[in-house]
Amino acid sequence: MSPRRTETGGRIDRLRTIRFTFDGAAYTGHAGDTLASALLANGVTLFGRSFKYHRPRGLLAAGVEEPNALVTVLRGEVREPNVAATMVEIYDGLVAVSQNRMPSLAWDINAVNQLGGKILSAGFYYKTFMGPVFGPLKGTRFWMFCEHFIRRAAGLGKAGTAPDPARYERMNAFCDVLVVGSGPAGLMAAKAAADQGARVILADLEAHFGGSANWSGETIDGLPAADWAQRMVGQLEGNDNVRLLPRTTVWGYYDGNTLAALERVTDHKEVANKGEPRQRYWAIRAGTIVLATGSFERPLVFPGNDRPGVMLAHAAERYAVEYGVLPGQRIALLTNNDSAYRSAVALKKAGAAVVAIVDVRSDVTGDMRRLASEAEAELLTGHAVIATEGGKALSGLKVQRFDAVSGALSGDERSIHADCLLMSGGWSPTIHLASQAGAKAEWDPARQAFLPPKPTQHWIGAGAFTGSFSTTEAIAEGRAAGLQAAGGAASSALLPVVEAAPGDPDPAPVFEIKAKGKSFVDFQHDVTAEDVRLAHREGFVSVEHLKRYTTLGMATDQGKNSNVPGLAIMAEALGKPIPEVGKTRFRPPYTAVSIGSLAAERFGDLKPERLTPMHDWHLANGATMYSAGLWYRPMIYGHAGETVEQAYVREAKATRDSAGIVDVSTLGKIAVQGPDAAELLDRVYTNMFSTLALGKARYGLMLREDGLAFDDGTTWRLGEQDFLMTTTTANAGKVMQHLEYFLDVIWPELKVTVTSVTDEWAGAAIGGPNARAILAACVKGTAVDNATLPFMGIVYGEIAGVPVMICRLSFSGEMAFEVYSGAGYGTHVWEALIEAGKPFGLVTYGLEALGTMRIEKGHVTGAEIDGRTTARDLHLDWMLSKKKPFIGSAMMDREGLIASDRLQLVGLIALDNRPLNGGGHIVEELDEANPHGSLGHITACCYSPALGKYIALALVKGGKARHGTRAFVSDPLRNRFGPIEIVSNHFYDPDGSRMHG
Amino acid sequence: MLITCPYCGPRDVIEFTYQGDGNRERPQPASQNLDAWNAYVYDRLNPAGEHNEIWQHSGGCRAHLRVVRNTVTHEILSTEFARGGHKSAGHKAGVRS
Repeated sequence: MSPRRTETGGRIDRLRTIRFTFDGAAYTGHAGDTLASALLANGVTLFGRSFKYHRPRGLLAAGVEEPNALVTVLRGEVREPNVAATMVEIYDGLVAVSQNRMPSLAWDINAVNQLGGKILSAGFYYKTFMGPVFGPLKGTRFWMFCEHFIRRAAGLGKAGTAPDPARYERMNAFCDVLVVGSGPAGLMAAKAAADQGARVILADLEAHFGGSANWSGETIDGLPAADWAQRMVGQLEGNDNVRLLPRTTVWGYYDGNTLAALERVTDHKEVANKGEPRQRYWAIRAGTIVLATGSFERPLVFPGNDRPGVMLAHAAERYAVEYGVLPGQRIALLTNNDSAYRSAVALKKAGAAVVAIVDVRSDVTGDMRRLASEAEAELLTGHAVIATEGGKALSGLKVQRFDAVSGALSGDERSIHADCLLMSGGWSPTIHLASQAGAKAEWDPARQAFLPPKPTQHWIGAGAFTGSFSTTEAIAEGRAAGLQAAGGAASSALLPVVEAAPGDPDPAPVFEIKAKGKSFVDFQHDVTAEDVRLAHREGFVSVEHLKRYTTLGMATDQGKNSNVPGLAIMAEALGKPIPEVGKTRFRPPYTAVSIGSLAAERFGDLKPERLTPMHDWHLANGATMYSAGLWYRPMIYGHAGETVEQAYVREAKATRDSAGIVDVSTLGKIAVQGPDAAELLDRVYTNMFSTLALGKARYGLMLREDGLAFDDGTTWRLGEQDFLMTTTTANAGKVMQHLEYFLDVIWPELKVTVTSVTDEWAGAAIGGPNARAILAACVKGTAVDNATLPFMGIVYGEIAGVPVMICRLSFSGEMAFEVYSGAGYGTHVWEALIEAGKPFGLVTYGLEALGTMRIEKGHVTGAEIDGRTTARDLHLDWMLSKKKPFIGSAMMDREGLIASDRLQLVGLIALDNRPLNGGGHIVEELDEANPHGSLGHITACCYSPALGKYIALALVKGGKARHGTRAFVSDPLRNRFGPIEIVSNHFYDPDGSRMHG
Repeated sequence: MLITCPYCGPRDVIEFTYQGDGNRERPQPASQNLDAWNAYVYDRLNPAGEHNEIWQHSGGCRAHLRVVRNTVTHEILSTEFARGGHKSAGHKAGVRS
């Protein structure tokens, strides 16, 4: 048993020893210990180095608000930095390391920063590194020189680079009453609501329910408070209406009573059970929230208040009572309120010597005097601590007479030998969630604290959260809140009876003791009282400016300890009352939230994938897949030893020489059906569809309302009132939404239904001089000759016993056909086509060859229909009907959209026979050192096997007028400069003789 | 935020797609009044308070809803089908529609 561990008491299991390491040294603790309590029991006082000055730091708190003892937990290669040691439950094999020290925690070379305190004051970065360069040691350039060293020296833990293998889960939950916090108020609320039959969720960020009951030493209904709490939990556990969520931090309060919570499911386990995620993200929708989140004890600001061994009074009480660990053998206390007296008695009972209670108030009640004598402590009223001594642990402190009204110190300094100094600066209700939910907090001058605002959403407060700091009040308010939240009537039944130490909840309005030396306000960001005053002297008066200039409250603890003391010091400097200085509004998250939990199932294995019916065939036949949105499509079917370029050139060439086949199942397909189907199409397409003959297809172009091009595709008339619209793969969803919007909102009188049928059809496009012969060899039930199946014609037949619909249209510029079958038969039909094509040397081709052939033909895709181009820019003005209005027709002729200097679609040929790059710019004068004068840019490029040249499509000012002229490509990012010729975008077979056959 | 779809009941906002200001009036298709078209395409009310909006239940029944929402508190005051018909709440906000 370690010297600091008490013989009995606490909820740790002394029979179970847990082994772990901290900074490489082996330690043991007990089941139920946190890393903080276990290290403290081992006599460790030094937990970390401070952010800026690298001062040695120990434990300040025992819970979630701990600012100093931040550690990195290692699991294999995975690092989790900046975890409060107070929130880490130890398990066998836990590996934790300290942060922000080099080479070790005990010997930290950057501790020399402490000597430079004056230089590193508030605004150091702004003053040193912003603005013009006046000399070698000022300005932004100096920052660029120093940044590397400063980034290494300042800061907290280092993030890891190893991928996180852990699984995270997202859960949606619904309840009538969500109770946040499981202290006496929360337990009473949950019980009362559950007894009314309400569906209740009770969440607490700690591992054990009970809150202050776990360490208060009070008696409730004749039981020790901790036992009473466990009895309450037992009753809740047996209730089907109740879901208990320990280790669950409710970190966000959003609109409509939606709350976000993070459950640490297996962080405390050596090995997770099968199927358990590391953490679970809960989205909880609750009818009413009971906020029973308790309160935080505030530190006092005085010189040396950050020395290891200086701790919050209740934290020491918690360590002693809940974990059976004494934070010191000779303990002194500094307080401005009554609650510390109870802590003194508890520590005395646990076996420590309480050497002094230093109270800044000159008058204390008889009750407090009795408690002081019960603790056998010397009571020094009207005194304050003005200095602490020691290095990596406290060795003593100095006190002096103090006037709580004027703040003046007087009389002789007196030294007190102590190894632990506890401080209590009053209590601040934990109002974060209420603040997130809406309104601003209200300052209560009696409590010297911000109390929760009036609810702006459906929540009810209870207990210390409301400023009612006694357990008796917490129990009464908790039950009332639970009943009200569950819609029950107020109860006159007897409440549990509490026996507690007496005490006045109101502290003296003392936040700081001004004496010589660094007095810390924000421990985590190393902000001192002097920094706050400096900010005031330099003109920062609002709390928001103060925060940003000094970084007060901006560390990972988000000012849980520093908020009120910082405001109080600023208020004094300004000569204004605290509420007039302002109040920071708390925002989510309440504590750090892992990115993994937010991504949860949207990441990794569970990301949805869209696969075409022929996907497995492509993989089995050597396709390299390419992800396009959620779709996966073959990029090339490469042969051994082929480069991507060699593969697509081979595929494209073989298609033009004989035949090729490509999977086009991803094209968006929308069934447009109903008496007004043709009318709808006339309104959404720029060209006419009501005149389209049955059994024919037509290429269509859609504009947006603002007159810019939106999407293109073919639409097939399958029946008088039955059309099949195809869209580009990328815009399938957008076009669907576009049609639905107009049908639902603008033209509800049109009798049309639109149905997405993309996934119902498998599509294969087969093109090339031999495409028709291949079809003829395998299609039954219809002829495919020119008379039966002319360009843009549709026929129905059968391939390998499966009904198919064939439309003769061409993207490649060859004689080509799109063969559609039911999705379930996609591979069956595809294989039959491949088989029929064998005698003709049919090749499968992927997106690269598809793109190459479309560039050769000068067809546009999303790279050209980029939301900035008009139909005219793309030479599609022939499709703009003058016989009818259509979406975009009124806006498309605006001045700016018909200007002569617009970027227009052209073709480019690289005259130096080298590859071009998408995004490269076109210039008239080549100036590699100072690229300028862009005429436009390349949208798509390839090696053209048909032309034997590197070609590209581009959007260039003046467009057609430049055909036949020369210019240059200027692509400084990829260092690609060279001469090009501007030509028509129709590189290949411009009169279409090949596809018309 | 919960939006009550007249078909599907109260649903999370992630099931919906915002489809813009519900106060816009589309000119007649053949209208050549560019000012009216310009107002329809580009002008948006941006009130701090009650606002008439179009939302599509894109992750559900895909109906478009006319939603009156308080842009400050995110309170949903009423929802109804954009094409008319069923209303989910009796409240009628004082916004032009």
